[in-house]
Amino acid sequence: MSTLVIAEHDNAGLKSGTLNAVSAAGALGGDIHVLVAGQDCAAAAAAAAALPGVAKVLKADSAEYGHQMAEDLAPLIVRLASDYSHLLAAASTFGKNVMPRAAALLDVQQVSDIAAIEGPDTFVRPIYAGNALAKVRSNDAIKVLTVRTTTFDPVAETGGSAAIEELAGTGAKGLSRFAGQELTRNERPELTTARVVISGGRGMQASDNFGMLEKVADKLGAAVGASRAAVDSGYAPNDYQVGQTGKVVAPDLYIAVGISGAIQHLAGMKDSKVIVAINKDEEAPIFQVADYGLVADLFQAVPELDEQLG
Amino acid sequence: MKVLVPIKRVIDANVKVRVKADKSGVETANVKMAMNPFCEIAVEAAIRLKEAGTASEIVAVAAGVQQSQETLRTALAMGADRAILVKSDAILEPLAIAKLLKAVVEKEEPGLVILGKQAVDNDNNQTGQMLAGLLGWAQATFVSKIALEGEGLAATREVDGGLEKVILKMPAIVTVDLRLNTPRYASLPNIMKAKKKPLDSVTPEDLGVDVTPRLEILEVSEPPGRKAGIKVGSVAELLDKLKNEAKVLS
Repeated sequence: MSTLVIAEHDNAGLKSGTLNAVSAAGALGGDIHVLVAGQDCAAAAAAAAALPGVAKVLKADSAEYGHQMAEDLAPLIVRLASDYSHLLAAASTFGKNVMPRAAALLDVQQVSDIAAIEGPDTFVRPIYAGNALAKVRSNDAIKVLTVRTTTFDPVAETGGSAAIEELAGTGAKGLSRFAGQELTRNERPELTTARVVISGGRGMQASDNFGMLEKVADKLGAAVGASRAAVDSGYAPNDYQVGQTGKVVAPDLYIAVGISGAIQHLAGMKDSKVIVAINKDEEAPIFQVADYGLVADLFQAVPELDEQLG
Repeated sequence: MKVLVPIKRVIDANVKVRVKADKSGVETANVKMAMNPFCEIAVEAAIRLKEAGTASEIVAVAAGVQQSQETLRTALAMGADRAILVKSDAILEPLAIAKLLKAVVEKEEPGLVILGKQAVDNDNNQTGQMLAGLLGWAQATFVSKIALEGEGLAATREVDGGLEKVILKMPAIVTVDLRLNTPRYASLPNIMKAKKKPLDSVTPEDLGVDVTPRLEILEVSEPPGRKAGIKVGSVAELLDKLKNEAKVLS
């Protein structure tokens, strides 16, 4: 048994989900290899080689992988697949984009977003926005999996010394072209890995009011998130969205501010260790999952919180 | 250009699902069904392309039980021109659906296929990517903006770090995210008109596709619930609890 983890990276370094994916590969048992396909990706490959438990890094450094487009990356995964029992990636927008394409080319029914591994072919995954858990067994010869990062602790970034093997590219398919990106930049921790997350909902009323949350976030070393309602209303950028169709987070402390608690939002945060809800509506469903609820006007409570944190 | 829009019938997103007592699945008897919300956005996107003069015909496709016809009628009432039901009582996994859709695409030869990024029942997020792979077409997932540019399609994708723009060669597959549009409601006259629009029915056998499931569902269970918490009276009390009781703040 051996697992190929498809690394998500930006050529210069690994994205955090790769550490969780390698951790899940460890739970499967067997050899772990990591594929780093990119352009000028030596640094990312070196980072993958340093992960404990990784036996080998496959580095495909070629122009067609510069932006890791699914159309060009999937054929490479398919070429390598026969050497492995499991292909695995984080269930990030990267993994969700690439893995099903590769799975279809391999005639494999992928198992998405697994939250537990019960055996080499048996996995548990949330369905219906996490309102049910399905335990499934895959009968395909190769298992193609994406991994819910919040349920697999990341491996350490150092301690390993895997060999790096160079691979030739598969050539550009010429189907799609990367034409630019607008990344949300801030100095705060990444939403999916932050120890503390403070999220705002429809109750925030305007994008400017997210400034209040950012001030508190900076004092707590927290990431800022948002509900779908807040993102749809334009109060926060799309990459802040926590929920069934956004990001799944499980920090030590999740503070929901002005969020009613629709099941779609709860799906993205209910595995947090401690949940705090601040909402003026006493009946808001968020209070049913909150460890500590404060019924209050957020426009008073949040500045007060900011002040008392010093 | 013909646009194909695959859609799925699911438990209404506003219904709280219940796990069956025998743990074989979730309760679907006497539960309100509806079009998957992401599929509604896909239908709306196709209609807007037609209204802009880019699309000439919209074909809605569903794979599933006979009642999926109702979902197809909804798409027709919104503005699709005709519909195809691939009728099957079997459990259809994304790979099987992608194979069925590939067969439909080869027959219909659309220039663009627009799908929801995921269905809110099994939350798989696979079908569009699988279809793109099987067809060897370009794909753009999680799309919040589309525009036809010359011979290609420019799509803005909502990715983990922000937004990404890609240019796809046509024909192409697009899977849509929440912010692409707000789907329209079907008006009563359009619901009436939809009853007369053509709706063809085929079977997986007609299309020559083996839909045998690859996954065995061993058990469907309820997730562990959270313990009910407490209400605090003030910000000061909240901070005290977080520091001294929950110990998540120092």
